[in-house]
Amino acid sequence: MTAGCADRAVPGILRPALLNGIKRVNFMYLTKEEEQILNGEAGETLRQAIQILVALGDIYGADRLIPIKSAQIAGVSYKTIGDAGLEWISDLEGQVKVPATLNPAGMDLEDWERLKISPEFAEKQKAIVQAYKKLGIRCECTCTPYTLEGFSVSYGDHLAWSESSAISYANSVIGARTNREGGPSALSAALLGKTANYGFHLDENRVPEVSVNVEFPLKESDYGALGYVAGKLIGNRVPIFHLKGKPKADELKALGAAMAASGAVALYHVKGVTPEACRMNFGEPEEKITIERSQLDEVYESKGKEPELITIGCPHCSADELKKAAELLKGKTVSKETWIFTSRELTKRCPEYIKTIEESGAKVVCDTCMVVSPATNSYSCVMVNSGKAFAYVPGMCGAESVYGNMEACIEKATAGKGKKAGGSH
Amino acid sequence: MISRDPISFLGSVDPRTGVVVEEKHSLAGKSIKGKVLVFPHGKGSTVGSYVMYQLKKNEAAPVAIINLETEPIVAVGAIISEIPLVDMLEKNPYEFLKDGDSVLVNGSEGYVELLKSEGGQKEE
Repeated sequence: MTAGCADRAVPGILRPALLNGIKRVNFMYLTKEEEQILNGEAGETLRQAIQILVALGDIYGADRLIPIKSAQIAGVSYKTIGDAGLEWISDLEGQVKVPATLNPAGMDLEDWERLKISPEFAEKQKAIVQAYKKLGIRCECTCTPYTLEGFSVSYGDHLAWSESSAISYANSVIGARTNREGGPSALSAALLGKTANYGFHLDENRVPEVSVNVEFPLKESDYGALGYVAGKLIGNRVPIFHLKGKPKADELKALGAAMAASGAVALYHVKGVTPEACRMNFGEPEEKITIERSQLDEVYESKGKEPELITIGCPHCSADELKKAAELLKGKTVSKETWIFTSRELTKRCPEYIKTIEESGAKVVCDTCMVVSPATNSYSCVMVNSGKAFAYVPGMCGAESVYGNMEACIEKATAGKGKKAGGSH
Repeated sequence: MISRDPISFLGSVDPRTGVVVEEKHSLAGKSIKGKVLVFPHGKGSTVGSYVMYQLKKNEAAPVAIINLETEPIVAVGAIISEIPLVDMLEKNPYEFLKDGDSVLVNGSEGYVELLKSEGGQKEE
């Protein structure tokens, strides 16, 4: 006997119009071409890709598939996806239909020996990146794809991105539209050039649900600390912030990255600052949260062991942030292991800053970060200026994290060493 | 095999053996290999989808999954691993299924059939 009729079923063809005599409702409309892909007429890779998009669309009540402008794919570090991920990606065939790029990998792809990555790990990591490259994906492994040449994003663009801080930036700071894609769904979207129309692609899901008031001035790493505190209170809702002053792009990047890590915030608004808050006539949400300076101080004052490693660049440093790090390190020598993460493209655009930073003994590292690289796991306490890294380092790297602004991080990194010119090192 | 608890494939299940390694999980110490696995829904990291694929490659995956209401991590994992999955059944699976029952899961047509119940008698 049939004990129960499923409303959804995978795998197999997901979409018979009738199932055991019951008309299925709320399923996506597919074009004739999309139906053919789902039936396997365009090959196994695209069949699996569209099956993933349709399954997600059906779960979330999408009406159809919509074209996307670009994809950004997570699931790159061998530390996170392991042999399973490598095998799955290697088995896929074909070419992406829209510009697509990758999340940070587990190591600097050109200079992996510097952070003492094992040859075994390096070999697997290279194989993963190679497997993505074979599919036509740009192998710039960065969490700030919106800074890349030829990867521009505009207000209202539909995207399929999966790095949580980049999602937050695209949705909130640029006003583009993407859900929080997983690695396989972002890759599927890239291969099809489409995604399912649900969630943050729709106006009604972009309306603020909770108001966050901050009545004291904020500067630089304060935004990461604010995001860390606020993300826990907001969860996966859409907040609208009321702030004193106008945050810069890097400060918004830090705020969003931290909220996506301590909570699951994919979109936020800042009254008078972010594009949708300026263009849409949002009402004030009923629920209001007020954040006090003392809550941010708790992040700065979190106790840990003496940091053995100083890391900057989560998300990857912008040109402005590299400039600031270079100015702070100029003429100094670091006494502690110090890593500054950015995208490879920016190192080529800013060679002077890189030279100054490297002269101090600090290392500029590309393609990876302190969270996804196994290199961090061999330290017991890491100092960060990022709310996101502060949230993830303990769980992902088994190390304590302590928080400070960039000045404090560089001060800690260079403590006990005088100026180079003084010959004290 | 019935789990009252949600499952995070990343961290809770050993991808080589299929044994549940999350200490306080109701299936702790048991293997999900070769079972029709009933659980409410997935949880945790999206990397869980790849872990399901790894279980399948290691021949340690469940043969089928029944969820109350599935979510993207498990749905995507089931698709890439070709594990039949059904959810939102008309009857509550926790009411008509018991640990040890033999069930048929048809993932392409979307139904579940009770073949032999734990007590030995076939239910109609």
